[in-house]
Amino acid sequence: MSEIVLELKELHTHFFTDNGEIPAANGVSIKVHKGEVVGIVGESGSGKSVTSLSIMQLIPSPPGRIVSGEINFKGENLVRSSEKRMKKLRGNEISMIFQEPMTSLNPLFTIGNQLIEAIRIHQKITKKESRQKAIKMLKLVGIPRADAIVDEYPHQLSGGMRQRVMIAMAMSCDPELLIADEPTTALDVTIQAQILDLMRNLNKKENTAILLITHDLGVVAEICDRVVVMYAGQVVEQGTTREILKNPQHPYSQGLIKSLPKIHEREQKLYSIPGIVPKPKTGGIGCNFAPRCEFAFERCFHEAPELYSLEDNRKSRCFLHDNNEGEVKKHAKSDIES
Amino acid sequence: MVSYIIRRLLMMVPVLIGMTLITFSIVHLIPGNPAQVILGETANQTAIENLEESMGLNEPYLNQYGLYVKDLLQGDLGTSLRSNAEISAEIWPYIAATFELTIFAMLFAVFIGVNAGIISAWKQNSWFDFLAMLFALIGVSIPVFWLALMEQWIFAQELGWFPAYGRQDNRDPMAPITYFYVLDSLIHLDFSRTGTILKHLVLPSIALGTIPMAIIARMTRSSMLEVMKSDYIRTVRAKGSGQFLIIYKHALKNAMIPVLTVIGLQAGVLLGGAILTETIFSWPGIGRYVFEAINYRDYPVIQSGILVVAFIFVIINLVVDILYKIIDPRINY
Repeated sequence: MSEIVLELKELHTHFFTDNGEIPAANGVSIKVHKGEVVGIVGESGSGKSVTSLSIMQLIPSPPGRIVSGEINFKGENLVRSSEKRMKKLRGNEISMIFQEPMTSLNPLFTIGNQLIEAIRIHQKITKKESRQKAIKMLKLVGIPRADAIVDEYPHQLSGGMRQRVMIAMAMSCDPELLIADEPTTALDVTIQAQILDLMRNLNKKENTAILLITHDLGVVAEICDRVVVMYAGQVVEQGTTREILKNPQHPYSQGLIKSLPKIHEREQKLYSIPGIVPKPKTGGIGCNFAPRCEFAFERCFHEAPELYSLEDNRKSRCFLHDNNEGEVKKHAKSDIES
Repeated sequence: MVSYIIRRLLMMVPVLIGMTLITFSIVHLIPGNPAQVILGETANQTAIENLEESMGLNEPYLNQYGLYVKDLLQGDLGTSLRSNAEISAEIWPYIAATFELTIFAMLFAVFIGVNAGIISAWKQNSWFDFLAMLFALIGVSIPVFWLALMEQWIFAQELGWFPAYGRQDNRDPMAPITYFYVLDSLIHLDFSRTGTILKHLVLPSIALGTIPMAIIARMTRSSMLEVMKSDYIRTVRAKGSGQFLIIYKHALKNAMIPVLTVIGLQAGVLLGGAILTETIFSWPGIGRYVFEAINYRDYPVIQSGILVVAFIFVIINLVVDILYKIIDPRINY
């Protein structure tokens, strides 16, 4: 394996609200290697976005705060870094693009102005050079008429174009890591495919690691090398995209994959996991997923499972993988197969 | 941009027509006959009829209105009954006095109000925020006449820092050119006089500017807080820019759009409604000009005064709309 760009160790980001402390990220550990595309999937409220904002140290505070854990970026623990140091990293070594291309650009400044700003914060080059660079970046992300578009305002562009501008902005300082928080959710399917293609190409060409947050398994299948499945603030399963899509181990991942419509089968009703994501809570007992899990047994309600390591570098947070629960495991396995 | 301004200018036409209709009607809606009012209660019938004839009061209303508008277009605002002077010539010093005072009051209000609003939003819930908003609350609730009198008492009477009334030292008046005294003294290259004139402006500007300042501060704060939550501010943060750039470039420009509306409205209100301040500080402005005309039942002056104030209000709105367009490229009529 190549060198590790980002490593989260037991990250706890909690929100302190009037209704108590909410552990939105509850001990998240993720590794991203150089040039790798890692997907984080999970339903709304599973802590994906909080994890990504924690890496950028952009958690709105108050109410949010990183309580414990490490975020090691190229060996440097960002949790301990000063705001001054973070400013140097943000947009330069770690960039981020967001879900809402329609509102993520300042409507009152031209595309060029905002791109040039991103470049000049981190690079000491003249206005003229940075303008050239801005146009070059716009061309790189496949924007036609880049020379004219630099002087246009965001409202003159479509959503897909704006997301391209966001990507151009994020890539303008050749970051080591690009965090994409649901970059295609607000776009229609054809544009979605184009944006994913673009990201994949940039990943190949510039060797930028990408941490892609999504709830769309289709997106994952398309571009991710590895997948992390999150549930209620915790990682419940991780492994290569191929393995997880083909042979999910954790009941939650199995449920997610079963919920996908299959093109070759005619089904009356699409499968869905019963219930909703619970509000993450501190000191709760039992597995977070147990109330919705069809394999749940006695132990699941009393004890929280650890992240079990499986073969092929896979991990799954479920008692079904505990060797002492052999009986249950066999039972469950046969259930899945049937 | 040019076509926007032209369209915006065309939209002013109906407003201006409406204004003249209202000021024209004033004379005809008041009880009694204008000729009677001019000549006084003891005038005899023939004199009244003669005056009506010479003033064209016997003509149909439409003709009278036509004549009125025609005169207005030629810059003729009529004749003052009290001084028998042309109003168009007489009114300018008053307009200039009010303008000068309004400009300084608004500079004070905008500079302090906007900055206090920004810092309050930036340091939300800090002691600064708390104090600033407390002062803003006091500022909007304070009666202008009380504030003005307190200023005179403390800063003129007791401390003697600033003169209590007037636009300049009346023992040593200046030959006016534009009637904007600050400008005039600069044209005369008489800088010590500029200092005196600025000193005269301090107390009335603060008295007049306090309410707008408080409103602008509260408006700026809430507008900034709203903008700071938006997605594009998060984007700017993710770019790695510092707090100063985020606030003074990205957030402020967006937050200024509603604040600009308030500034425009407040400036209009000050221009027309500064009678209290002008009276207390013996400031020879348009408010007092009209107020005195009311005492003397000088209808042409009242009419023209109202018309001029309304006209200025319309112009301010025009300027605000053009500024909108400059700030926000999305705006289009």
